[in-house]
Amino acid sequence: MTYTAWIILTASLVGLSCGLIGVFLILRKMAMMADAISHTVLLGIVVAFIITQELTGVHMLIGAIIAGLMTALFVQWLNSLDVQQEAAIGIVFTTLFAIGVILIEAFVGNAHLDVQHALMGEITFIPWNRITLPIVGSIPKATAILTLVFFVVLLFIIAFYKEWKITTFDPGLAASVGIPVLFMHYLFMSLVSITTVASFDAVGAIMVVAMLITPAASAYLWTDRLYMMLVISGLFGVASAVIGYFIAAWIDTSISGSMAFATGLIFLASYLLSPKHGLLAKYLKPEETFE
Amino acid sequence: MNEVVLEVKNLTAAYQKNTVLRDVNFQVEAGSLTGIVGPNGAGKSTLIKTMLALHPVLSGEVHFFGSTYKKMKKRIGYVPQRGSVDWDFPTIALDVVMMGLYGQIGWLRRPTKTHQRMAFEALDKMGMADYANRQISQLSGGQQQRVFLARALVQSADIYFMDEPLAGVDAATERAIMKILDELKAAGKTVMVVHHDLQTVADYFDHVLFLNRTVIKHGKTNEVYTEDNIATTYGGSIRLIGGRIGNVVHPVKQ
Amino acid sequence: MWSILLNSNTQWVLLSTAILGIAAGTIGSLAYWKRQSLMSDALAHAALPGVIIAFLLFKVKHLFVLITGAAISAVIGAFFIQGIRSSTRIKEDTAMGMILSIFYGFGIMLLTIANRTSGNQSGLNNFILGQSASMVQSDVWTMSLLAILVVSVVVIGFKEWKIYLFDRQFASGLGLPLKGMDVVYTILLVTTIVVGIQAVGVILIAALLIIPAVSARYWTHSFQAMVIISALFGGASGTIGTLISAIGNGWPTGPFIVVLAASFFIISLIFGKEKGILVQYWQMKRHKKQEIIQSIPTSVLKKEVQ
Repeated sequence: MTYTAWIILTASLVGLSCGLIGVFLILRKMAMMADAISHTVLLGIVVAFIITQELTGVHMLIGAIIAGLMTALFVQWLNSLDVQQEAAIGIVFTTLFAIGVILIEAFVGNAHLDVQHALMGEITFIPWNRITLPIVGSIPKATAILTLVFFVVLLFIIAFYKEWKITTFDPGLAASVGIPVLFMHYLFMSLVSITTVASFDAVGAIMVVAMLITPAASAYLWTDRLYMMLVISGLFGVASAVIGYFIAAWIDTSISGSMAFATGLIFLASYLLSPKHGLLAKYLKPEETFE
Repeated sequence: MNEVVLEVKNLTAAYQKNTVLRDVNFQVEAGSLTGIVGPNGAGKSTLIKTMLALHPVLSGEVHFFGSTYKKMKKRIGYVPQRGSVDWDFPTIALDVVMMGLYGQIGWLRRPTKTHQRMAFEALDKMGMADYANRQISQLSGGQQQRVFLARALVQSADIYFMDEPLAGVDAATERAIMKILDELKAAGKTVMVVHHDLQTVADYFDHVLFLNRTVIKHGKTNEVYTEDNIATTYGGSIRLIGGRIGNVVHPVKQ
Repeated sequence: MWSILLNSNTQWVLLSTAILGIAAGTIGSLAYWKRQSLMSDALAHAALPGVIIAFLLFKVKHLFVLITGAAISAVIGAFFIQGIRSSTRIKEDTAMGMILSIFYGFGIMLLTIANRTSGNQSGLNNFILGQSASMVQSDVWTMSLLAILVVSVVVIGFKEWKIYLFDRQFASGLGLPLKGMDVVYTILLVTTIVVGIQAVGVILIAALLIIPAVSARYWTHSFQAMVIISALFGGASGTIGTLISAIGNGWPTGPFIVVLAASFFIISLIFGKEKGILVQYWQMKRHKKQEIIQSIPTSVLKKEVQ
């Protein structure tokens, strides 16, 4: 596979996984929670690094999951102490992120550079860092991890489809028919965490937020069925990755920034053109649109 | 005497720092249709949530069919307030009703055609068969309420709890809902409804539970639905309009 | 290290971060009651492209120019968030997350180009994590003036802001221009954000707008007292945080300011006079004692209700 192909494949996997998870994220109204987790995984990674002195691999993933769960737990805790949900999220993620930056500064080196790397990712390095697997041979490590994460996400979504559906739509009812709502919540937070950290290398933390939220939001404007929303969101995620790459190549700029921007372009197109909820449709055929 | 399907003993519950329910005691017989009434903040919603383990219990016991809520979950149906849900969720009416069956379907299994049929039948009972494939945000308030009720019905429970099902619905929906409740009663099911309108209690329910943080009075409507009990519950004097008891929401100062 | 304090430039910087903290604490209290705490995070990220564009257009790292660029960008972001929220079924938090990341991504695209085409890298990068130490005196003047302006507007119209926050309908009944106040509020918020970015950075400015305000809640029930305490916490965090970061050479100030603010929060959480955990614990013990005394048969209670 060519260099460019690996990059596009990796970014597409990010788009796919984030697109799928993103659907439930926005329906559960946890978009800002994703923003929070994408910042706090930095702390998880830094701590994992300080303990293990290794920057890649399973330790990072574990550190990230722990960071993600801690974020959810702290926010929940503050909430139970009467702090508004949004404020709680704001307090937790900024504090944990700040601690992460300070730790980097103290133990690792130049905070600006390393934080920038963590936040922005460096997808151009991915094809060089390889591992060798049976059957497929030598492939980039990040791609391998992302493929694994994608299948994990897909598996969990399919296996627990009805549970996700009901706990998202009506947690009260879910509890009354015997579904462990809180457990599903933390399980979901874990999935968000691993998706986030696996995407780090490719697109960096901030851009993961764009990938998690925007394709799903765009899909929301095209369909009224949940399973369709998942499909469309995944596709939009891939499209954003591909379009973003080519924009970056054309203008010669940050690939991750361009991909985030590309999610915005797709959203704009959806906002204007969707036959059900788009602006153009409302203008041309107001009786057939819904508000 | 009918079987006692629900027994509540010395139930106390708090909301943040305030005691919302104190020393709640009552027994409910099978086949009764009970309206729970009381002023705002009386703890009506909290009572239901506490009984259904959706809200923590400070002290006291709740017994369903002689056993605990956990063991009897499958025999209990719950229709929460309509405002508790995001109606922009991408799903159709039929899907919402099927969610009532998720507990029965179990982990890792798909809903089958049978489940779909059951859901459709429940919708049909509520007069919503034509709207089965409609996205729920396109339904009117009354229609949404009927979908909620269908969802409870499909669970084939023996006792139902409903939180203000008639609030803000049109007259046709109100009639449809009360018709279903009567059918449930005729089938021997038990229904407890938090009702928002004191005036219609006598028309709809054969039992009344007056609640204001504790049980003021509970019993057959024709026995306990009196001026005295209403006054005690709502803490003020009542306007009598042409012999019928007027709607008391705010106490009237003498 | 103490010689740093005698340095007059440092004194100016400390003064301005203090004023900044005060402004952030003030406007943050309003944002808290408006239930829009994270809007500041979204707008801060949305400000980034504006900064870069201003720099690219005018080719100068003059703070006022950059701040104006940031403000315009943030306001456009706010406008988009509102637009999406009101014209589609997409909820506000989703809209915020989108604008936040898309604008920021666009900003990074521009930053990469700017860093490549011009020599001065660290100047623009400082906007991400904050660098109060790199402020020059003219910067300090600009920022302080703007911050004082923000605080003044809040103080002057205090009674009106109070009603506007707690009872909108009553306010409109009184004839208060709600739409106008919405606009002024947004302007104040955006101004504080873009001014604060220099000290705390785009990523963390939300902290300064949220944490002091929430901390103040644990000490008082009075809105006026809350705003004052919040301002004090903000100012203290800004000053002390800057001081601590001065120990390292070239350390970003943002993280230290935030950790300071968080420390004040934890202290407030535990010891706060009104709602702190310790105080609540004591109160509950007393409440329980009263409960035992009060558990007289409820038949007596029923008679009381009449």
